[in-house]
Amino acid sequence: MGDHANPTGFKRWFMSTNHKDIGTLYLILAIIGGIIGGLFSVVMRMELAEPGMQYFPMLAAFMDGAVFGGEANQIYNVFLTAHAFIMVFFMIMPALFGGFGNWFVPLQIGAPDMAFPRMNNISFWLLAVALLMLMASAFVDGGVGTGWTVYPPLSNQIFQSGMAVDMGIFALHLAGAASILGAINMIVTILNMRAPGMTLHKMPLFVWSILITAFLLVLALPVLAGAITMLLTDRNFGTSFFDPAGGGDPVFWQHLFWFFGHPEVYIIILPGFGIISHVVSTFSKKPVFGYLGMAYAMASIGVVGFVVWAHHMYTTGFDVDTLAYFTIATMVIAVPTGIKIFSWIATMWGGSIEFKTPMLFAIGMIFLFTVGGVTGVVLANGGLDRVFHDTYYVVAHFHYTMSMGAIFSAYAAFYYWIGKMSGRQYNECLGKIHFWLTFIGVNITFFPQHFLGLAGMPRRIPDYPDAFAGWNYVSSVGSYISFAAALFFIYIIYHTLKHGEKCENDPWNDTSETLEWTLPSPPDFHSYDEIPKIK
Amino acid sequence: MFKRLLFSVLSMFVAFSAHADQPVPWQMGFQKSVTPIMDGFVAFHDMLFYIITAVTIFVVILIGYVCVKFSAKNNPVPSKTSHNTLIEIIWTAVPVIILVIIAVPSMKTLYFNETIPEDAEMTLKVIGKQWYWEYQYPDQGLSFESNILKDNELKEGDIRLLSVDNPVVIPVNTTVRLQSTGGDVIHNWAVPAFGTKLEAVPGRLNEGWIRVRETGTYYGQCSELCGKDHGFMPVQVEVVTKEEFKNWVEKVKPEFGTES
Repeated sequence: MGDHANPTGFKRWFMSTNHKDIGTLYLILAIIGGIIGGLFSVVMRMELAEPGMQYFPMLAAFMDGAVFGGEANQIYNVFLTAHAFIMVFFMIMPALFGGFGNWFVPLQIGAPDMAFPRMNNISFWLLAVALLMLMASAFVDGGVGTGWTVYPPLSNQIFQSGMAVDMGIFALHLAGAASILGAINMIVTILNMRAPGMTLHKMPLFVWSILITAFLLVLALPVLAGAITMLLTDRNFGTSFFDPAGGGDPVFWQHLFWFFGHPEVYIIILPGFGIISHVVSTFSKKPVFGYLGMAYAMASIGVVGFVVWAHHMYTTGFDVDTLAYFTIATMVIAVPTGIKIFSWIATMWGGSIEFKTPMLFAIGMIFLFTVGGVTGVVLANGGLDRVFHDTYYVVAHFHYTMSMGAIFSAYAAFYYWIGKMSGRQYNECLGKIHFWLTFIGVNITFFPQHFLGLAGMPRRIPDYPDAFAGWNYVSSVGSYISFAAALFFIYIIYHTLKHGEKCENDPWNDTSETLEWTLPSPPDFHSYDEIPKIK
Repeated sequence: MFKRLLFSVLSMFVAFSAHADQPVPWQMGFQKSVTPIMDGFVAFHDMLFYIITAVTIFVVILIGYVCVKFSAKNNPVPSKTSHNTLIEIIWTAVPVIILVIIAVPSMKTLYFNETIPEDAEMTLKVIGKQWYWEYQYPDQGLSFESNILKDNELKEGDIRLLSVDNPVVIPVNTTVRLQSTGGDVIHNWAVPAFGTKLEAVPGRLNEGWIRVRETGTYYGQCSELCGKDHGFMPVQVEVVTKEEFKNWVEKVKPEFGTES
């Protein structure tokens, strides 16, 4: 080995060029992000458990307002903004794309590492610094209270003065650059470093999902970077891209933001689609049903995802024909999504299903994503959306797809691969308790929010008319359960690493054909002694 | 007990008819519709609700069936099937057909809502400001501000966070053209019972319309994050008879009149 001996300590974790170590770092960052972002949401749910303001005035008074600034309502807005940013950029993306992507794309395609190992390192550390920057922005000059959409004029200097929004913008610049570099790395790795014989049409679906996600990132994030740069100059250098007083247009921002923002939601969920395919296939002991259909369904979701952005802006005042177009285009996405759902069920059909923890999370994901999907069809309608825009119905919808679709995928991936990653297997009983706690918790949290939305409760408000109290209380109780489940998950990680049983090469009895199961658990530093050949 | 449970399950999402204009505790459906636009939305949503419920139940039954029938216990030897062109065509084509069925009423409600009747009898201009609404009646020459009632200003019958000092008043059975714009940041003027949600964007003028068929008081809230007091700029609309409206205009003219 010589020069390639395993580095240890500081050199291993801070100067790493190894895809597995960097993947681990991403997963650690995601867990930290998840706990912080989850805490923000739990504090918000505590506030919303009862009508009236209870906790945020206490935060406002804390140290005479020196920490969060003295305005309770502004702090609430800062919390909801931070919750969204952290969960999107610092929890789910690092978990699925950075973490599992880095770990398992090279393993599944039979490559010794990523194409650009040093770039991989800087991708991660840019993201870590971005998280610090974003967290810091909450504590200066009253924080970023604009929502993750950062709509001007609210995000302009007059309405959000001080450095907070600028720091948030820089955090996004860094996180965006990190993701673009990571995505380029993935694309190059997947297109050039597949084992001999592995054609694109033989590639595992998880690799497909990461490849498509990487293309979405490369196409969408530069648009966000441009938009936030314009916002930055609007705020600081007297330009007026988004300021009507100088000939700009606030709606221009919304177009740019959602041209990034809508593909972003597919960036979040697509790797999950890949993971679910593997888990369902492994535990049904059957190959994936309709492999090509699955791959091209993901590709078409990616393509169509770029032409539906304005369905986030139905009430902004479009021409009616524009609304009609975006309605139809949005509905089209239901077709490939349906193909995926039915193909997963068809994979299970005729199988010999074992209900291990990863499979429970996968089945849970299929069910919950269906619920989130059908409410998406309701929201797609440009006319009807007048009733739903900016209500809790929307909150329920996107949490069913993201807080359940994507998170359940991440949990499934964790239990599926933790034996391979750590060399130790999780405890099945603890895993199942974690699944049921999470499943019950998230449903109690988010299902009642449909009712609140139908009754007309707007989102992003710290206090609400008393009539909404009942379902809000139920929802808050659910969020406590979900958060308890997340903490229990941390314990499971500890328990696995400390007391877990040794994991063999393939803990799932040779039911999966992907290459990572041919390697020892955990795999060697460069995984493969000789490059595998695919027949 | 069972009957009540059944009723509440059945009435999930479907509009309640027993309650009028404001949200009520444990409400699970829309507020009562009082405009033709909202009527269209309610009917369309009822239809959508049946479709999405059926789809969800279908998927749940499929998952349940598969989990029981093809568990490792009941089916120790898995099949090797991984293709079936016919079924793949079916599950692509059937959703397309369902979507087409949805698209027809969707387009109908959309074009109905977005097309402002040419016989609008009056105009109401709504200007969103941090954190209150300004209302202008160009035809009547009125303009005033509408602020939330603080907790200590609430009187008998007022609703916390929904009642305002100067409600906007419109006549019943009258087609009103709505115009909205933002005075500082983006706001959104929303009244659920009307099916109205008009974005108030600085530098732009948005248009919509309402025709309310029942007198009464209706409530809504700002529906676009607009800063710290976003949750505290409610909309209160008094719908009165045409006669009462005329009297009201005369009464408030000295205070709110724009012509001197």
